[in-house]
Amino acid sequence: MAEQTMIQALRAGLRDEMARDERVVLLGEDIGVAGGIFSATQGLRREFGAARVWDMPLSENGIVGISVGAALGGLRPVAEIQFADYLFAALGQIANEAAKLRYRSRGAWTCPIVVRAPYGGGGGGPDHTQSVEAFFAHIPGLKVVIPATPADIKGLIKAAIRDDDPVIFLEPKRLYHEPVGAVPDDDYIVPLGVATVRRAGTAASVITYGAMVVESLAAADLLADDGIAIEVVDVRTLQPLDFATIAASVHKTNRAIVFHEDVRFGGFGAELAAFISEVCFADLAGPVLRIGALSLPTPASPELENAVLPNAQTLITAVRHLTAQ
Amino acid sequence: MRLARLDARRITLDLQPDDLLRAYRLMLRARLLDERLAELRAQGHAIGGAVCRGHEAAQVGCVEPLRVGLDYILPYYRDLAAMLAVGMPVEAIFLNQLSRATDPISGGRMRPAQWNSRALRVVSASGLVATQTLHAAGIALAAQLRHEGAVALTFFGEGATSEGDFHEALNFAGLHHLPVIFVCENNGIALSTPQTAQMPVAHVADRAAAYGMPGVIVDGSDVLAVLATAREAFARARAGQGPTLIEVIIPRLSGSGDDADPRDPVEGLRAYLLSRGDMTPAADASLRAELRAAQEAALAAALDAPLPDPQTVRDHLFAPGSAPTEDERKGG
Repeated sequence: MAEQTMIQALRAGLRDEMARDERVVLLGEDIGVAGGIFSATQGLRREFGAARVWDMPLSENGIVGISVGAALGGLRPVAEIQFADYLFAALGQIANEAAKLRYRSRGAWTCPIVVRAPYGGGGGGPDHTQSVEAFFAHIPGLKVVIPATPADIKGLIKAAIRDDDPVIFLEPKRLYHEPVGAVPDDDYIVPLGVATVRRAGTAASVITYGAMVVESLAAADLLADDGIAIEVVDVRTLQPLDFATIAASVHKTNRAIVFHEDVRFGGFGAELAAFISEVCFADLAGPVLRIGALSLPTPASPELENAVLPNAQTLITAVRHLTAQ
Repeated sequence: MRLARLDARRITLDLQPDDLLRAYRLMLRARLLDERLAELRAQGHAIGGAVCRGHEAAQVGCVEPLRVGLDYILPYYRDLAAMLAVGMPVEAIFLNQLSRATDPISGGRMRPAQWNSRALRVVSASGLVATQTLHAAGIALAAQLRHEGAVALTFFGEGATSEGDFHEALNFAGLHHLPVIFVCENNGIALSTPQTAQMPVAHVADRAAAYGMPGVIVDGSDVLAVLATAREAFARARAGQGPTLIEVIIPRLSGSGDDADPRDPVEGLRAYLLSRGDMTPAADASLRAELRAAQEAALAAALDAPLPDPQTVRDHLFAPGSAPTEDERKGG
């Protein structure tokens, strides 16, 4: 067990899988010699050679399309897209090819690729901070993973690489360097499709993922001072979604708040809220609340970004409102 | 004139009568099947597909150097003759066209002619244009890294060369000298848009220069010219010399009347074989009868095959053992 940042734990997970399986290759912009702009792949080209870590031409659709081909040819490609916003440039290859290869060929051909991208707030402006998970969770044939802790990013990237289907792996970039957390040294795997309860509580269930897990835990500490114990459920895998863990939590607390940093309107939280309303209706003492960003691009200035994205305080206000009912 | 050109190529390529007869048989088989499929579509039996007529020499010639089961082929929807040439059974093609449960290509999941065969290394094709060129480059990368000795051969129309995927694929393949062959079957019109409205250069092959690879133009009426070009491209790929862009000029044939179009690749080879005495008119007639009979038997079997079972609609979304999707959990 070592104390690591998320970026260190991610790098350790990638390194583990490259050492374990020579079919694992990395493809991306500036990931080789430079080690990636967030240093996720630092040192890996030196250790494993240029044939395992590819500095790719600046073209996201090309990176994903070539990764799909490399998977068809028997490799286990892990593509890095520099910012999740650039995934839109690769949507054709992801949605129409990667997601459908197994289904359309009746399982004759498969597409075991991982497409990694940093996403969300933390500076960068309208085209470098978007939360894109809802787009991909909506497409049948894709798995969507969002880690929130150093241990999870290691365990989940290893599970994603070993998965036989395409995985969109979104990394909350504002958590890359802090907080640190304990990370198991061994061959640590977090299976896809399993949510976890980060904080047990009774007053309300907060269903969340990514950077908002950290905000939720901060809110939980502050609310605890007032004797309000919220339960924080980290979804971790949006597709497939662990409905049972979410339903069990709401069954216990009778109140639910769905919390993400993506734009609230049409976000993945709407899917979570609809599920809770359908399945847990009899348990609910109040409406399912949704917290998300305003329906605006995320501006670059920190003051303006903070005005658009939700945070611990937004959650605290919602919890007080819900528990007062 | 055309016969003389064929003769010169036959000698250069050191082809025996049997080689030419094999090519003729494949091209004729594709032509007859293509005509039958068009009839089925007109009768409402089949739900779609693209015409291969005129493309036979391009496809049969390019596939000739391919080692089936080792090299990969990434086709597009017109590549009926290429599929027959690598060994896809006529039965499979009818089952696919009729969207039957036993269709080995997609089992009713895709529109017809989105080819696939794992055993033949025909990579599953989508209905989209040019996406497979990137897959070909990626497969070639994998083949190179794994020292497999495999070549990736991909086909597309000239309209596809307007897509970003095409340029991304050629750029990467040229950059790393990958063992891939890009074949443009240029019939001059993408649905309704002529080539002159697609690109400012006269030839698709001109585009190769930007990606550091040879661009070769070849006459799609002449199967031996195509074959010679393909053999060179395969030799380059196998020798580690990198990719080739081949532009095959497809003759746009006049209607399917009785007057033979001199540019028709099937008729051209037939005339040559008859002129040399490699094939008698009687042998040609009996070959046609044999191919038609086999075709009708396969069609009859396909028409009797069951339709897809709605109970199987969830199969093959994810690998067996994956966590269930929402629908599966709810049993809905």
